[in-house]
Amino acid sequence: MEDFTTLQVVWFVLISVLWIGYFILEGFDFGVGILMKALGRDENEKRAILHTIGPVWDGNEVWLLVAGGATFAAFPEWYSTLFSGFYLALFVILVALIVRNVGFEFWGKRDSKAWRNGWEWCILLGSAVPALLWGVAWANIIGGTPINAEAEYTGNFFDLLSAYTLLGGLATLAIFFAHGAIFLEMRTDGVVNQRVRSVAAKAMPVAVVIPAAFLVWTVAAQDPVEPVSAVLAGLAVLALLAATLVNARSATRAFVATTLGIVTFFSAIFVDLFPNTMVSSTSSAFDMTLNFSSSSDYTLTVMTVVAALLVPVVLAYQAWTYWVFRRRLSAEDFGDVKTPLDLLDERKREGGDGKGTDPGSGQQPASP
Amino acid sequence: MTALELARWQFGITTLYHFIFVPLTIGLAFFTAWAQTKWYRTEDEKWKKATKFWGKLMLISFALGVATGIVQEFQFGMNWSDYSRFVGDIFGAPLAMEGLAAFFVESTFLGLWLFGWGRLSKKVHLATIWLVSGSTMLSAYFILAANSWMQHPVGYEIVDGRAQLNSIWAVLSNNTALYAFAHTILAALITGGMVIVGISAWHLLRNSHNNVFRASMRMVLPVLAVSGVLIVVVGHFNAELMTDQQPMKMAAADAVFETTDNAGMSVFAVGDLESNPEGLRRNIEIPGVLSLIATGSTNGTVEGINNLNAEYRERYGPGEYAPIVAVAYWSWRVMTGIGFALSLFALIALWYMRKDRLEGSPRFLKVSMWMAALPFIASAAGWVFTEMGRQPWIVFGELQTQFGVSPTVSAAEVWISLLGFTLLYGVLAVIAGRIFFKTAGKGPVDEGPDEDPESAHLGLAY
Repeated sequence: MEDFTTLQVVWFVLISVLWIGYFILEGFDFGVGILMKALGRDENEKRAILHTIGPVWDGNEVWLLVAGGATFAAFPEWYSTLFSGFYLALFVILVALIVRNVGFEFWGKRDSKAWRNGWEWCILLGSAVPALLWGVAWANIIGGTPINAEAEYTGNFFDLLSAYTLLGGLATLAIFFAHGAIFLEMRTDGVVNQRVRSVAAKAMPVAVVIPAAFLVWTVAAQDPVEPVSAVLAGLAVLALLAATLVNARSATRAFVATTLGIVTFFSAIFVDLFPNTMVSSTSSAFDMTLNFSSSSDYTLTVMTVVAALLVPVVLAYQAWTYWVFRRRLSAEDFGDVKTPLDLLDERKREGGDGKGTDPGSGQQPASP
Repeated sequence: MTALELARWQFGITTLYHFIFVPLTIGLAFFTAWAQTKWYRTEDEKWKKATKFWGKLMLISFALGVATGIVQEFQFGMNWSDYSRFVGDIFGAPLAMEGLAAFFVESTFLGLWLFGWGRLSKKVHLATIWLVSGSTMLSAYFILAANSWMQHPVGYEIVDGRAQLNSIWAVLSNNTALYAFAHTILAALITGGMVIVGISAWHLLRNSHNNVFRASMRMVLPVLAVSGVLIVVVGHFNAELMTDQQPMKMAAADAVFETTDNAGMSVFAVGDLESNPEGLRRNIEIPGVLSLIATGSTNGTVEGINNLNAEYRERYGPGEYAPIVAVAYWSWRVMTGIGFALSLFALIALWYMRKDRLEGSPRFLKVSMWMAALPFIASAAGWVFTEMGRQPWIVFGELQTQFGVSPTVSAAEVWISLLGFTLLYGVLAVIAGRIFFKTAGKGPVDEGPDEDPESAHLGLAY
């Protein structure tokens, strides 16, 4: 029997796309979440930072849910082995995501410094821990974990921590942190913007060196070297390097570059993994192939139709959301005292015709 | 305790907790959308206040629902990996569809609604909240389709010891799922509606924002009365279907041990303290009513637990095929009892409203406040009944719960996650509860004009 069918490859690619989409989108959410506490010096600055991701972080996180659901539907064996095997790591990620989500929502609900401070810590840790652990998890998936002939994980939590996997974790943490800093450069004005520029300038080189080290280790461990994966790894380093270089001139271009960096970084990982879903460090005979892991042809066909119909729609309205909320934010937007003159100024700055505060209306369909 | 028992406790705790927020969010999202529609049509300021006020409460509920929902999806793989391997070909599909078709819409458009005040045109902004409301219901449908497959598996065959899908249409149009969907949506409307009635009553008693809360009550009460009547009707059809598909569950719900025609409905029964006591010590019953509920005729045959057990032993091998009878019996009574009480309440309240006596009766308002807690208890009891009543099966007739648990996850690991989630959820319940009641008690806030997006979204957003 072949190792895989066409539909299985389609779904492996689609799940890769979902994970990569998740890392691009929630990647900058994580970065913003980590930065919020230190970067915002007062309440209004912090609120401005929070508002840059306010309308979108929830939709971004759904990419993870869909990646999880799609893995369950298309590769139940992968889902079962991975989720039961990486039990405590996933538990920690779940707790982190919960306190982070609740932190976003509850931060401004009470006018008390201690209250906000507590939630800022939740947002900080709730962002940093998953940013690190997702890297650890994926390094484990491609590096291999103890899996037996019954496709059951036989190790424990500490077996997941090695120099290689921790390096993978630091790599994703560094990338997401820099990606988030550059996102804030694009989306803020005023002092916050100046401050985040200097942070991004320092963070970017780190986001080149650590991922580069991890990717070199990854390619070196391939036996024989997988050319496509190696090329993608090279491109990832180049993209991150480009982000470092163009950042001073254009945050938008730097953001495109870090996005490409994330795409190529994880593509290198997924190509390395292919045609397996889990690699066994016990014996290569126990590697879980696509064919072994997958659902029936019928289920994959059904899901392909559903995905083909819905994914473009999802992409369209999520993109529209970013368009609606494209305006830069600054602490002044959230000041308590605001004279009508300031507002007029703002409108001129934005739209030029005095009606610019409503960029959404007039150009989109009545009901998407 | 074994890993199996701990995993079951974890599933029970996290699911019941999650389901506090699910019906509340579905209900509140619907009524928020309705209030906003009224504002859009009448441009009456009170409806705008009502929209923002109920929307704010919906957001608190939504936040917790989302946060705890991720755990739900992950825990099948984490604690129930053998179950996931067995059902993956079927069960994963509705979950993935929920994400793609409903959850993306829900989360994206909620962001647009929340931050879009004054930024989107009024018409588009109204459309966003209706999309949120519709997609919360669609979400429920996919999840119930998945759950109903565990209650009444359809559209599959067993290949190499695994369930393999052969008709997605059968899974999505499973009559169990359609009935459960109607039942759940009605329950959600009642939950959201009762919370609105309760909070409105609290404010009316204190004479605060009378116009907003009188209008809210009037918006909700007719829906509540209709839903109350319908849920009793749908509940009856649910029971008939269950008698047909899961007779053991229905037998346990009424502690019927021996097969009988013209079965009476038990009002109060006492048996030995055992999982399955195989008989009752005392039983007060109303003749014929159980047969009527279960089969539609007072002479219908209701199968007994002992007879079914014998039949299942023959078919599936030796073992105990009854759920914990006392749990099924009492959870069923709590759910249906509250269901009837609320329907009656809604009809009386509607009558008060028609007579224009709502605000004038402090006693009625006080009762309404306390009644708002009941739908939550009924929902919890309903899930306890439907899930524990299915035991020992995880997939009825195909896979027992004990064979679904993750074989390599140790009891210690489950202890850690069980305690961790329970503790975290407990703390969140206290914090969220405080915020919810504080926001509810504060009432609608007077704000600046919407044309200024900054001051407008501050009212709702962070």
